[in-house]
Amino acid sequence: MSSVTAQKRSNTLVIVSTALVALWLIVAAFPFLWTLWGSFKVQADFFSKADWTHALSGTFTEEATGGSFTGRAYYGAWFQEDFWRAALNTMIVVVSVVVISLTLGTLGGYALARSGYRYAFWLLMVALVFRAMPHITLVSGYLLPFFEWNLWGHLPTAIIVLVAINQPFTLWMLHSFFLNIPKDLDESAMVDGCTRFEAFRHVIIPVMWPGVITTGLFSFLLAYNDFAVTAMLLAQENQTMVPKIASFLGSTFEEGNVMFAVASVVSATAPLFVLVLFFQRQIVSGLTAGAVKG
Amino acid sequence: MPHRTFFWFILPSLVAMMLFIFFPIVSVVIQSLYVEHEQVVITSENCGPFGCQTETTVDLEATQELRDAQPLGRFNGLGTYLNRGHLAVQELGKAWSESESFGDFWSKVMNLPFYWALAFTLTYTFVCTPMVLILGLAIALGVNGLPKLLRGPTIFFSLLPMIVTPLIGSLILFWMIDAEGIIGKSLQYLFDDPELSLKASPTLTWITLIIYGIWSSAPFAFVIFYAGLQTVPGETLEAAMIDGASRWERIRYVVIPHLAPLAVFVTLIQLMDNFRVFEPIIGFSAEASAQSLSYLIYNDLRGDIQRFGSAAATSMLTIIGVAILLSPVLIRTWRDFNRKRV
Repeated sequence: MSSVTAQKRSNTLVIVSTALVALWLIVAAFPFLWTLWGSFKVQADFFSKADWTHALSGTFTEEATGGSFTGRAYYGAWFQEDFWRAALNTMIVVVSVVVISLTLGTLGGYALARSGYRYAFWLLMVALVFRAMPHITLVSGYLLPFFEWNLWGHLPTAIIVLVAINQPFTLWMLHSFFLNIPKDLDESAMVDGCTRFEAFRHVIIPVMWPGVITTGLFSFLLAYNDFAVTAMLLAQENQTMVPKIASFLGSTFEEGNVMFAVASVVSATAPLFVLVLFFQRQIVSGLTAGAVKG
Repeated sequence: MPHRTFFWFILPSLVAMMLFIFFPIVSVVIQSLYVEHEQVVITSENCGPFGCQTETTVDLEATQELRDAQPLGRFNGLGTYLNRGHLAVQELGKAWSESESFGDFWSKVMNLPFYWALAFTLTYTFVCTPMVLILGLAIALGVNGLPKLLRGPTIFFSLLPMIVTPLIGSLILFWMIDAEGIIGKSLQYLFDDPELSLKASPTLTWITLIIYGIWSSAPFAFVIFYAGLQTVPGETLEAAMIDGASRWERIRYVVIPHLAPLAVFVTLIQLMDNFRVFEPIIGFSAEASAQSLSYLIYNDLRGDIQRFGSAAATSMLTIIGVAILLSPVLIRTWRDFNRKRV
């Protein structure tokens, strides 16, 4: 008898929790699908003054272009407004940031994981404090010296700044991955006659790939998603995607320009979508690695 | 590891962090003590048939020369910190002595830009963080109850709000809540008010920004808690069940204590990230009714005349805020570390 009531209660619980998850899924995913759908319409449909169902039926889109979908917004953003150049800049910045911060980070993270001294702990604490610094406060420290030394506006400047800002996080994450690798591994290699660096290079790195890839993903996200640094430190012609999108917003008074922003937002989200699709497992493991160890 | 080897391994990271995190902070400290040059003014007396007139003109060339020679500006001590744009000591004192009631005083304080931004930043931080924890835990418990096959896709879609660029995420929501967008229109229909606009009132803007904050951070808490749920000790749960613990008691006394360290971690990261809230304000074009500390700095730095001194002073105050926010964690970690060593 009692087991039946317990069963019953858990049934309602299952329904409630499934409903909650379903609701959350709609809240999480619908905005993206809606914007993707709307980016193929004209402005009068996506921002409909009369009736929001126009966005579904595409009344004005049909009137203006003849089809119920149009690639006008994409053409305008990518070619009229040179969004392709911003995409290219983003690619350069992101790839360089990932490669450089992983190189520096693996070296540093390894040292922090293997040193038992008090200063290693303090370095990690300092890194934590550095991680908490709002990026814009650092930017306000860069601007004046960079203007004075003519470093302002160039891609390499933004790259090296992003690498540095990324370093505290990279160190923490790689450090916790290195802690999972038994000390015996590098110590036995050193007994066999390797130097510390050779042991690191030939024995540790090959087993570290999963950790390195996961950390790389997060470095990618940081560089890709950054607005504060790239918006303030890059000259107009070197702009990356996110500041470029922000600059579209200033010119939205002209009819149709909002749709350029919508199209470029969808274009900039697409790589992230693919990234999650392929690396979901690594992202989840990366988020938890920090939590379980930290 | 010997000190020497450690040093060479850590050197590249350390140099990068020194040059681009530590020195900028030093540079911010110095800049905050200086203020821009005033314009060089020439006063000349023009005497004509109808008497003499004094005329003041700005000597652009001399001003530019002065600015080039001393880009930092002139020394101002703590003046920038105390002026109306920052701590506004004088204005505070005046408001205190002149106000009749506390509400009156409060509304005067909220007219000062720094306190207005501080109020929003703190509200955002301390509303978003607990909500993110609760929502994240709820979703994690829900997903944990789903059949295995459905979990993967659920996690995939759940990750999107977190992974997407903050500016882009806020723009996507902003377009939907626009008076001509789908949510904005639906709300007008629901409340039967064709003039309803979420952008019009400060309160509604604050709520919108906070909802965005929860939307974009809940996945983070969810993933952490979900991973934690996978490692809940099965034997303890079983033992609790045999002892007659109800479902709620099992969650309360077994699952939640198991997740507590993870909650501390999520709280820490959330406090840090929410305190620097910045992109949503730009994405939602909310600067008229909500400003954060980071936004104040950004606002000083862009535009034709960049006010480095003012931006630096706000930066310093923000850094102090971060330090206060982090201090409990740092003290705790320090104690743990010492206990482990003993």
